[in-house]
Amino acid sequence: MKDVIIVGAGPGGASAARVLAKKGYSVALYEKRQEIGAPKRCAEGVSIDDFKRLGIMPPDNCLRQEIDGALVYAPSGKFLTMDFSKTVGYVLERKVFDKWLCEEAARAGAKVQAKTEITEVIKENGKICGVRGTFMNEPFEERCKVLIAADGIETKIARMAGLNTRCDPMVTDSGVQFEMVGIKMSDPKKLQIFVGNKIAPRGYVWIFPKGKDVANVGIGIVGKSDVPAVNYLRRFIEASPELKDGSILEVNAGGIPVGGLLKKMTLDNFLVVGDAAHQVSPIHGGGIFEAQYAGIIAGEVVADALANGDTSEKALEPYNKRWWQDRGDILHRVEKLREVMEKMSDDDFNFFADNLTAENLADLCAGSNLKIMAKLVIKRPNLMKFAGMLI
Amino acid sequence: MAAKWNKAKCIRCGGCVGVCPKSALDLKESGIEVNEAECIDCGACAKFCPVGALKVEKK
Repeated sequence: MKDVIIVGAGPGGASAARVLAKKGYSVALYEKRQEIGAPKRCAEGVSIDDFKRLGIMPPDNCLRQEIDGALVYAPSGKFLTMDFSKTVGYVLERKVFDKWLCEEAARAGAKVQAKTEITEVIKENGKICGVRGTFMNEPFEERCKVLIAADGIETKIARMAGLNTRCDPMVTDSGVQFEMVGIKMSDPKKLQIFVGNKIAPRGYVWIFPKGKDVANVGIGIVGKSDVPAVNYLRRFIEASPELKDGSILEVNAGGIPVGGLLKKMTLDNFLVVGDAAHQVSPIHGGGIFEAQYAGIIAGEVVADALANGDTSEKALEPYNKRWWQDRGDILHRVEKLREVMEKMSDDDFNFFADNLTAENLADLCAGSNLKIMAKLVIKRPNLMKFAGMLI
Repeated sequence: MAAKWNKAKCIRCGGCVGVCPKSALDLKESGIEVNEAECIDCGACAKFCPVGALKVEKK
């Protein structure tokens, strides 16, 4: 018997496990894959401010590259330079970072176990009370007071628990990434972003450096594209003198939830965090910070509920409330911005590149100052009607 | 039985192709092609799929 079982040892699950174990609760953290952190699922970019908010800083061996800004390219080739003249973020090594988060959870007292697949949620009198699964293909059963689903975008646990969190393909981006070596970058401290409908419909191509000639080169596009994302990515690489001669060290592919935020992420004795709850920025698709932030809130709320001996849906409701107050409302605003971007032509992108500053872009990604965008949208006849969405 | 592909749900990320131990899946412009002769119904593709576009019925 455990106080809490957490399914999925990514940043969300590991953060919830750490918080709960530190408070003295018995926690099991199960990961179906045989290696935590592999294969990686993202471009690995994080900001220092985010880690300050989380109150935890990864050790140096998790950090591959210091980042001091970004170059954002419009279809015309014009680019905006965000230069903060100091390190504001990192490109992580997720294989090391995810394991480190789990090490911290384990050191706090959680039992972490890879190669453990949960196949069934046990309910008694309609209430969740444990799981069945396999460890190294041997069946086992474990009881718990609270179950947390942190099992990623493909979440099966939430559905078994009775919460439908399935991603709608309309708000799921299709992502593909190559980790490449032997490529050229003018400044390995800058992230590079390329937007445009011909390059990446409803998304962007990214180059996230992991050293002077190594980078994650990836693309996220609208899930309902008939042409696969990988075709767009290969076309982009072929056309780029800086990339086309590079070697490919790793291929990653998957879905990115970029909308469909859930009002209700709780049931009796149950809640869901991270990609499984679509806790991702709808504008840039980043979820490492969001998952950890939600995991920490989840840990605190579950700890309070356990302390009071009541883990009903009502007792877990503060998780929904706190998450929406702190993160949901911001992400919801950013989703509106993405909905407008979806309607933009390449001419529109070029217009915005001519009229926005790098500071404006940083604000927009953070969900603030959307009125700047609204003022420009009004000037574009094909987008005018969407201005109201941004105010 | 072999894996069944649901065109309406698929986002064409190609992740299933990468996790198939038998290389029985292929990502084409038309979508995912399942080589039924090669498929062993292991379910790896269905477990990976982020949008539930692959189903494997156990024999």
